[in-house]
Amino acid sequence: MQVNKLQSLKGYTVSLIFAMGLNIFSFPLFFKSLNPDWVLLTLIYWMLALPERVGVFNAWGVGIMVDVLTGRLLGQHALAYALIGYFCLMFHKRLRQYLVIQQTLFIFLSLLFSQIMRFVIENIQSDIQFTVMFWLPVLVGTLIWPLLYMVLRAISLFGHVR
Amino acid sequence: MIVVLVSILFLVIDFRSSRLDGVRSVLSTLAYPIQKLVSFPSDVMGGVADTLKSYSDIKKENALLKQKKMINRVKLLKFAALEKENIRLRGLLENSFELGEQTLSAELLSVNLVPYEHVVVINKGARFGVHVKQPLLNVNGIVGQVIKALPLSSEVMLITDPNHAIPVQVNRNGLRTIAMGSGQLDRLNLPFLPNNADIVQGDLLVTSGLGGTFPQGYPVAVVGDVIVQPNKPFASIFATPKAKLDRIRELLVVWSDSTLVPLTSSEKVEEGKSVEGENASQ
Repeated sequence: MQVNKLQSLKGYTVSLIFAMGLNIFSFPLFFKSLNPDWVLLTLIYWMLALPERVGVFNAWGVGIMVDVLTGRLLGQHALAYALIGYFCLMFHKRLRQYLVIQQTLFIFLSLLFSQIMRFVIENIQSDIQFTVMFWLPVLVGTLIWPLLYMVLRAISLFGHVR
Repeated sequence: MIVVLVSILFLVIDFRSSRLDGVRSVLSTLAYPIQKLVSFPSDVMGGVADTLKSYSDIKKENALLKQKKMINRVKLLKFAALEKENIRLRGLLENSFELGEQTLSAELLSVNLVPYEHVVVINKGARFGVHVKQPLLNVNGIVGQVIKALPLSSEVMLITDPNHAIPVQVNRNGLRTIAMGSGQLDRLNLPFLPNNADIVQGDLLVTSGLGGTFPQGYPVAVVGDVIVQPNKPFASIFATPKAKLDRIRELLVVWSDSTLVPLTSSEKVEEGKSVEGENASQ
């Protein structure tokens, strides 16, 4: 049991660090603006897979870390992640029964919610003119979810996380 | 609920004041390894490219560099004399003069914080004495300024960021204006010049030193299109930054201090200082 816990923690930490890396990876110019919020996707997976271990506070902590990493106002990602985390935990039993395709609707709404919050907060503090490109990561993230789900599932099964 | 309240509190505090900078700098030491890790592949690529250069190429490059160095040294010989002369002349005008600026070389981490802002991360931070509002140059011209100095790294806003503006003047005739970032890496806007302003394509824009952030006289951009808009009060003018902002790797962080040039009599220096002080307070 102890080993399992340790291993799941390892899978969780490693995948999150990897996701944070992807979040700030400097892709070529065009892909830069398509880069989805990998951390949020990974976090949602773990909250659905291990709801008893990964909770709202955990999500908030990860959010603060992402804020520091990307130089945003402290609390911007944290607030979005915590709220999405709350809904994840509320609906996790239902969401786990769904097909991956059905889950993507929830993912789409989560990503959209997170992006809207970012839009509002960024608009308050600066006068950048946002274009349609700002909303593309939401779509890309939704399309990537099935793939990411399979990869993370393989990781967690490999580490005997059940 | 608690989490939401704390988040909103954090947001407000961080927006209004700098009280959370401690939290940020502590957490940033945790974030630095991740940034370093992300930057690793492109660093390795650069290293490999350097190692694989052939001997003859390096020899050729070396010869070229030696030649350049000689030319530069000859130019510098004259520069020293010119600088002295400039200081003397400014002394006559009771003007302040930028004495030798101190620089620190820093390297860019190839990370991309958010796609819609031109903010980059460099590998030197507060531990090296880097502070907020410090200008950054590379060999071609002004690159940007430090907006967050974290212990191990700093965040730098490029001059092309939509939130950035830099006071410049036309090198040819001293016409002063402000260059705003456009959000494109190869373009600055000059939105505050009237249609009859004396500015033409190819004019060099240098920093004017107003505002106090950027030292005076460094090249910023070259004027590109000048579009006269007869139906509007201002012309629409674009400029291309001198520093190739999409290709920079090595940067110089600059410390500049402007001190008064000692005049012939000490009274006058005191006078000059008090005038300067009044100007500053206004």
